[in-house]
Amino acid sequence: MGLLRMQKTPQGVPPQVGLARFTLSEAFVETAADAAALGFALARLPRRQRPLLWVQDRLSRKETGYPYIAGIGTQRPVIMVNLSRATDVLWAMEEGLRCRSLGGVIGEIWGDPAVLDFTATKRLALRAEAAGVSCWLIRRAAHPNLSAARDRWRIGALPSAPHPHDPQAPGAPRWAVELFRSRHAKPGAWVATYDRAADRVDLVAATGDGTLDAGDGTAGRRATG
Amino acid sequence: MRVMERQGDAPPDDVPFVLAREAQHGPVVHATNRVARLAGVMAGSRVVDMRAICPDLQVVYADQAGDRLALDRLVLWARRWCPWSVRDGDDGIILDTTGSDHLLGGEAAMLVEMETQLSLLGLTSRLAVAPTWGAAWALARFGPVRAICAADQVAVKLGALPVTGLRLDAPTVLLLRRLGLKTIGALIDVPRLSLTRRFAKAALVANPLLRLDQALGTLAEPVSSVDPAPRFIAQSRLAEPIFDPTPYLPALCADLCDLLHHAGFGCRRLHLTVYRTDGDVSHLDVAMAAPSRDPVHLHSLFRDKVAQINPGFGFDLITLQADDLAQLQNIQTNLEGGSDDDLHLSQLLDRLTARFGDRAVTRPVLRASHIPERAEARLSALAAPPALMPVPANERPIRLLDHPEEIRVLYAVPEGPPAQFQWRRQVHRVARYAGPERIAPEWWKDRPGTRLRDYFKIEDQVGRRLWLYREGLHADGRGGDPRWFVHGMFV
Repeated sequence: MGLLRMQKTPQGVPPQVGLARFTLSEAFVETAADAAALGFALARLPRRQRPLLWVQDRLSRKETGYPYIAGIGTQRPVIMVNLSRATDVLWAMEEGLRCRSLGGVIGEIWGDPAVLDFTATKRLALRAEAAGVSCWLIRRAAHPNLSAARDRWRIGALPSAPHPHDPQAPGAPRWAVELFRSRHAKPGAWVATYDRAADRVDLVAATGDGTLDAGDGTAGRRATG
Repeated sequence: MRVMERQGDAPPDDVPFVLAREAQHGPVVHATNRVARLAGVMAGSRVVDMRAICPDLQVVYADQAGDRLALDRLVLWARRWCPWSVRDGDDGIILDTTGSDHLLGGEAAMLVEMETQLSLLGLTSRLAVAPTWGAAWALARFGPVRAICAADQVAVKLGALPVTGLRLDAPTVLLLRRLGLKTIGALIDVPRLSLTRRFAKAALVANPLLRLDQALGTLAEPVSSVDPAPRFIAQSRLAEPIFDPTPYLPALCADLCDLLHHAGFGCRRLHLTVYRTDGDVSHLDVAMAAPSRDPVHLHSLFRDKVAQINPGFGFDLITLQADDLAQLQNIQTNLEGGSDDDLHLSQLLDRLTARFGDRAVTRPVLRASHIPERAEARLSALAAPPALMPVPANERPIRLLDHPEEIRVLYAVPEGPPAQFQWRRQVHRVARYAGPERIAPEWWKDRPGTRLRDYFKIEDQVGRRLWLYREGLHADGRGGDPRWFVHGMFV
C-alpha cells in the first residue's frame, strides 16, 4: 500500500519532485455535476492569501453553476471572469498568468473547442512555469486529446468517509484521482481524502492490499428502494 | 436661483407635479410646478397631505445628488462673468462680481446678460446684486426682480423684507414671528442689547444678530472660490485624414503621462475622442482599477478596442483626456526595489475589463444574508474591495447553480430528503444525508407567500454530494405540495 501525504508547506516549495506545483494541470471531470475536481484543484493550490483568477465559459456556468464564495472561504479572494467563448477563456488565462501576484488561475472549458489545441496548452504551461503561478484547466464533457499540460488528471467523486459523529451523514469527501499522464511523476490512481479542517489531501493508492476497498464508509446506509 | 430639472421628459404644464424627497416621517415635497403651487401644494409639506388637497398630484423623487453636481458644474460655468464663484446651499450660486461688472456694461446690464444666458440653458433664475452675501441672498429670494443694492442702501433695502431672508432655521423664524418681529427692519429697530441677551449662545443659523451683521456687512463673510479640477488633455493634429489611430496612440499616451507626472496625478479613466472630417465625433472610454500614469499600460488598454471606433471618412484630430484624477506619488514599497504586487493585479484587472467589459469581470464578496443566492454580491472588479464578512458557520457548497433546478421525487420518505429522485434525466439514490438546515424567507425583502427552505446535503450512490432543498412545508398554506430543488454541489 502506498501512502502519499501531501501537506502544503508555507514556503511554497513543492513537497515532491513529481508534484511540481507551478505548472499547468488539466483535470477531466466525468460527470458535469461533480465538484470533486474543483475541490482537488483548490486543495492543491498554494496556501497564500493571494487572489484567484477564475475564468468560466458560458456553458460551464450554465451546466455546473458558479464558484460560491461562502463554500470556498474568504482566505482566497476570487476574481471571476464570465466569458462566452473558449478563445476568450484562454486569452484571459494567459493574461492572468502574466501577473505574478495571483495565487492561481483556474479555467473551465466545456467540450473540445478547436482553439484548445496543443499550442494553446503549451502557451499556458510555459507562462505558468515562467510566472510561478499554478494553473488548472477543468475540462468537462471533453476527450483527453493532445495537450501540453504537465499533469493530466481524471477526477471523480467517491462515497465519503464516515462522519465521526453522525453515521447517517456524509463525512470527509473522498475522490477517485487518476494521474494518467505526467511529465514529472509516475502515473497512478489514488483515493484522495480531503481534510477540510487542515486543508490537506491524503492520497492512498487505489490498488493496494484491498482492505480499503472493503468498506467505502457508507456504514449507515439507508434502506432505499 | 432655482434649478429646474428634467428638461427632456418634463411633465405637461397643466398637470400638478411635485418632486419629493425622503424625510423623517415619509416623503415631503421638494419642489413643485406652477399648477401644483396654485392648487395649494407647498414645498416642505408631506406628500400624503398634499395628495389630500390635490388628488391628481403626480410625484417623482428628486435627484438631489444630481442637482448638486449640476449646480457645481454651473458654478464653474459662471466663471465667464467673474473669477470668484461658489455654490450657496442647494439652490444658489454666489458670484463675487467686484470689479468685473464694468466689463459687461454695468450691474444692470450684467444681470440681464446673466438671466439671458441662464434661460438659454433652460434655467429660470432670480438675480440680485448686493454688497454682502447675506443681502444678496435675501434680495434674490424676497426682493424685486433683478434688484441692485448699493453699499449705503443695504439697511433700507433689507428693511422691508421678511425675517426669513436672514438665512435662519425654521424654529428661529417662528420665534421671531411670535415676538412680533416680522421684517428685517423691525429686527434692526430692536435695541441690540436685549436681542444679544436672548440669542447669546445660539448657533449661527439660529442667531438673528449674527445673520443680520453678516447681511449688513459688519461681520465678514468672504467668498472662498473652489478651484476647478485640473484637466489633462493630449492631442495630435494630423495633416490629412486617417482611419486608424493606432500609430498615434503611444505618443499620445506618453504625452498625457508626462503631463500627469509633472502635476503628480494619476487617472482612472481615459477618453479617446476622434474628430471626423464630416464633423462627427467618436468616443472610446477605458477605465482602470487603480490610478495610473504608466504609458505602456494605458496604451495596452486601447489595443483591443481601437476597432470599435467608427472612422467614417477619416479623422484629423485625436484627443486623449484623463478623468477620475487622483493624487499619485511615486512610492517605493520595498527596499529591494522588486515588483509591486498590487500594481500588477490592478493592471491585470484593467486589461481584463478593457477587453471583456465591466460586467464580465467581477469580484464576488459575501453579503449579510442567509438566503444562499443573496449571500454573495458581485462587485465590479474596478471598485475598491469592501471589508471582509464572516463566512457562514454551516457548511456551504463550492458550486451554486444560477437557478435552482427542480427534481422529480421518485420515492419520498416522511423525514429527510427523498430516498430516490430524478435530476437531469438521471436517477439518484440518496445514500447518506445531513440536515435539514432551515432558512426562512426574508420578510423584509421577499414578497408575501414566499416559502421557507429546508436544505439537505445528500450523497448519492456513486458519491456525488449535492445540496437539495425542499420549498415549503405540507400544510403551510402557501401553495400545494412542497417542491424539491437542487441548488449546489459539494466537493
